[in-house]
Amino acid sequence: MGGRQRIVIAKPGLDGHDRGAKVVARALRDGGHEVIYTGLRRTPEQIVRTVMDEDARFVGLSSLSGAHSHLFPKICNLLKESGLNDVVVFGGGIIPESDRPPLYSAGVRAIFGPGTPSTEILEFVEEASTRDCGVGSENGWFWGE
Amino acid sequence: MDRRTLARQLSAIENGEMQVDSFTDGDVIAITGPPGVGKSCIVDAILHRLAPAKNIAVLAVDPTSPLSGGALLGDRIRLSVLDDKSKSDSIYVRSVATRSSSGSIPSIIRDLASHLLSNSFDLVIIETVGAGQAEMRCAAIANRIVVVEGPARGDGIQAEKAGLLELADLIVVNKADLDGSDKVVNDLTVSLGLTSDAPPIIKTSTITGEGLDDLSKLITNLEERNSSKRARCRQQLLMAHESILTTNPHFEAILDRMSEEGLALDEALRELNE
Repeated sequence: MGGRQRIVIAKPGLDGHDRGAKVVARALRDGGHEVIYTGLRRTPEQIVRTVMDEDARFVGLSSLSGAHSHLFPKICNLLKESGLNDVVVFGGGIIPESDRPPLYSAGVRAIFGPGTPSTEILEFVEEASTRDCGVGSENGWFWGE
Repeated sequence: MDRRTLARQLSAIENGEMQVDSFTDGDVIAITGPPGVGKSCIVDAILHRLAPAKNIAVLAVDPTSPLSGGALLGDRIRLSVLDDKSKSDSIYVRSVATRSSSGSIPSIIRDLASHLLSNSFDLVIIETVGAGQAEMRCAAIANRIVVVEGPARGDGIQAEKAGLLELADLIVVNKADLDGSDKVVNDLTVSLGLTSDAPPIIKTSTITGEGLDDLSKLITNLEERNSSKRARCRQQLLMAHESILTTNPHFEAILDRMSEEGLALDEALRELNE
């Protein structure tokens, strides 16, 4: 199923830069999706609660602080523990190539760095919504593999 | 019911996949007023004071883009009460886009509110899209309406104009920390003083905390005013009628044909009525 998705865009941890998150939120809005923006400095628990209460199918995590290797897997695990196995996780920000494989293993399905065209993120949402690639899925697929 | 199941059911209702058969009556308060006047912060202040003693659900409405059909739902950002673990378990917040509805709340809100009330919530707060003078759709659903105003929003004539203010059960003049709020309170008091059952007016500031304790007490004891009964019924009829139109399976296709093929309005109406 493609079409309109509910997508949470979140800024976990101590990171005050939200330009990227807002640009992505705006691009998804213009792509016809309903975007719930959490604001800055959210804890993994708050983000997972938001995804649950808002019944979002996707959650996009933005991090420019260097804490992604800690925060992203923590959020993935919390989602699974909360039974939100079908939620698709993607990330963005400053995330070095060498840090990415463990994030994919944790259940993140796409990582978008600076310069990514917004159309690519929309294509990912479209593609991911037709696949079994929720955070709890054993399917090892990720965007651009 | 666990939160996840509840959230799923609300989606199903919103998407027309689940019907709400019987309406549950209960406490539904609408918080409305112009954009940027502080509605979300006022909701936050109320939640801080009424939770966890009450189970409260918030339906926070933001507009759907008329161009893309998407929406940016940002009301949660103001809700600092969700960071307080001692309160957040008795609060459920759901962001709702207006989708195809034209008013400051979509018609499906009635079903969503009813479903929440039948699932152990004591109070449902509806935060409308920013709305000014003539937008009164929230009267169709809420049994009490709180209108939030702010300073520097025009001269005394604005307070005399008919519309939303007349349906208010409580008027909040927010941003009392800024200059000009006393004048707004004065203008409103003079204007509404001419009516027989004028609503209370309260001055608040979510920066200094002024008036917020009083506001929360007032809100729980608000009386429904009889003078607005007919206006409420009118809004219910309008909302139901619009919902029949926008849920017509041919609605989007006919919109496309109007914008792309120049289908005439009377022709479009005729097809929708078939």
